[in-house]
Amino acid sequence: MSSEYLIKQLSVFINNEPGRLAQIAAALKECNVNMKAFNIAESSGFGVFRAIVDDPDKACAELSKKGIVVKETNVIAIPMVNRPGGLLDVAKIIGDAKINVEYGYAYMNNDEASFFFRVDDAPAVIERLLAAGIKVLKEKDI
Amino acid sequence: MNYWNEKMETMPLNEIKALQLKLLRKLVSEMYISSKFYHGKMKEAGVKPDDIQTMKDVSKLPMMKKTDLRDNYPDKLFIRPQSEILRYHVSSGTTGKPTIVGYTRNDIENWSESLARAFVSSGLSNKDVMQISNGYGLFTGGLGKHYGAEKIGATVLPTGTGNTARQIELMRDLPVTAIACTPSYMFHIADECERMGVSIRNDTKLRVGILGAEPWSESMRKKLQERTGILAQNCYGTSELSGPMFTECTEQKGIHVWGDLCLMEILDKNGDPCADGERGEMVITMLQKEAFPLIRYRIGDISSLEWEKCECGRTHPRLQRLSGRTDDMLIIRGINVFPSQIEDVIGEMDFLTPFYHITVSSVNYMDNMLVEVEITDDALTDDMIKMEKMKREFDRRLKDVLNIKAEIKLALPGSMPRVEGKAKHVTDTRSYE
Ligand SMILES: [Zn+2]
Repeated sequence: MSSEYLIKQLSVFINNEPGRLAQIAAALKECNVNMKAFNIAESSGFGVFRAIVDDPDKACAELSKKGIVVKETNVIAIPMVNRPGGLLDVAKIIGDAKINVEYGYAYMNNDEASFFFRVDDAPAVIERLLAAGIKVLKEKDI
Repeated sequence: MNYWNEKMETMPLNEIKALQLKLLRKLVSEMYISSKFYHGKMKEAGVKPDDIQTMKDVSKLPMMKKTDLRDNYPDKLFIRPQSEILRYHVSSGTTGKPTIVGYTRNDIENWSESLARAFVSSGLSNKDVMQISNGYGLFTGGLGKHYGAEKIGATVLPTGTGNTARQIELMRDLPVTAIACTPSYMFHIADECERMGVSIRNDTKLRVGILGAEPWSESMRKKLQERTGILAQNCYGTSELSGPMFTECTEQKGIHVWGDLCLMEILDKNGDPCADGERGEMVITMLQKEAFPLIRYRIGDISSLEWEKCECGRTHPRLQRLSGRTDDMLIIRGINVFPSQIEDVIGEMDFLTPFYHITVSSVNYMDNMLVEVEITDDALTDDMIKMEKMKREFDRRLKDVLNIKAEIKLALPGSMPRVEGKAKHVTDTRSYE
């Protein structure tokens, strides 16, 4: 039942070379993919472009067709208030629940904001958050 | 001091050749009796010790290869018992297994003798202080030169590798006149000296460099000599031969290969002897080695030999600059690296595919090796901490196996070129010009 709280994120892998990000952005535009949130991380050999999009399955298929290395990754989203201290509230929740976050990033839209994060065992973490009375967002909430 | 061993070093050529035949026949007889491996090889080739009557008969003898060393790991090619062996050295082999060499007291003595002659021919004597910046330990470079330098009564400063700033301080503060290291390390020292404001010409007494363990060129020598004012001497030898063995004399017209210790053949593609000065595959017989004899060993290097008497008065042939390898061995910062070793480590990592590429380059005369390898689709994750962990695991294992640090890049699935044949896995952009 916790699976309905799993948010599908696109993880697009890009070689660290100039122009690759523009290529990804162009491909997303061509496929009519609407991005709600994204974040970029880098390792030694390549970078990863993580994005929350409208129709992740379709976007994933389209990008793969273009020869782009892409994966779907499950993340968890919790609401965040867009005011000073908003991040601290979220961090406290996650810290108190002793959850080990692999990475996380926020999405802001006027007063509304969401915090997306990835953990190792998402279903168990969702159970814990729900049990602690914390609101966890579903895909349709975003 | 002109010669270390004048009688031997200036022996007329016909006498050297007669001595070589005598030593070869003795060696072959001993190997036929004592070496199970070589006895089998001779039987297979249908040769008996008595078949070796003239120097031309050497071509009847079976050859030894690097793979023979690997197949007889660790010490099956030794023909002396442990009680007669004074030391082991170890170098990297073609696969995960290293090559182990052993020395009797006479082997160490001959090795030191060879270098003593070489050092004196480079203008060194007991009035010199030699800083040995080659690796000590399992590598043959440090201890070999150490013994050679002590033999001629020079003062040794056994710095070993690393901590360049301290090496330069010692060189400046002590009357160091000679240094033994790789050519690329000598360039590095020159760079560091500049950075530290130390002039090799004015602030040190350095005048000779014994440089080897990696291929280099005449133009590198010229640059180094102009820059530092030292006599930059080329040195040759590998652990199979004992270690570094031979250098040029001050004429710098090739490396004197002592004929009483080493019979060097240069063969063309058909296995026939090359003419004087003609390039071919070097095939080496060590005429006086006891613990681990080598007969017609295909060392993998390509060069030529000049037999004309040297202006220095020495009669022994001169080995010219190496011009390549017969196999895919790479020499990185003086260490032998085989792509197959890297392939083996890649095979051990279940998160890596067999698709890889090695790029060797020279950055300020220091070798750099980049290993790019594709990660499997299953292992690919957007969790960069996990990616770094995998990279580190590969990095650590590779360093353990190769004994040198490589730069590593994990590549995306499908991004590495699919190539056939080993050579294409390597791009060597080092330029010696
Ligand atoms: Zn000479």
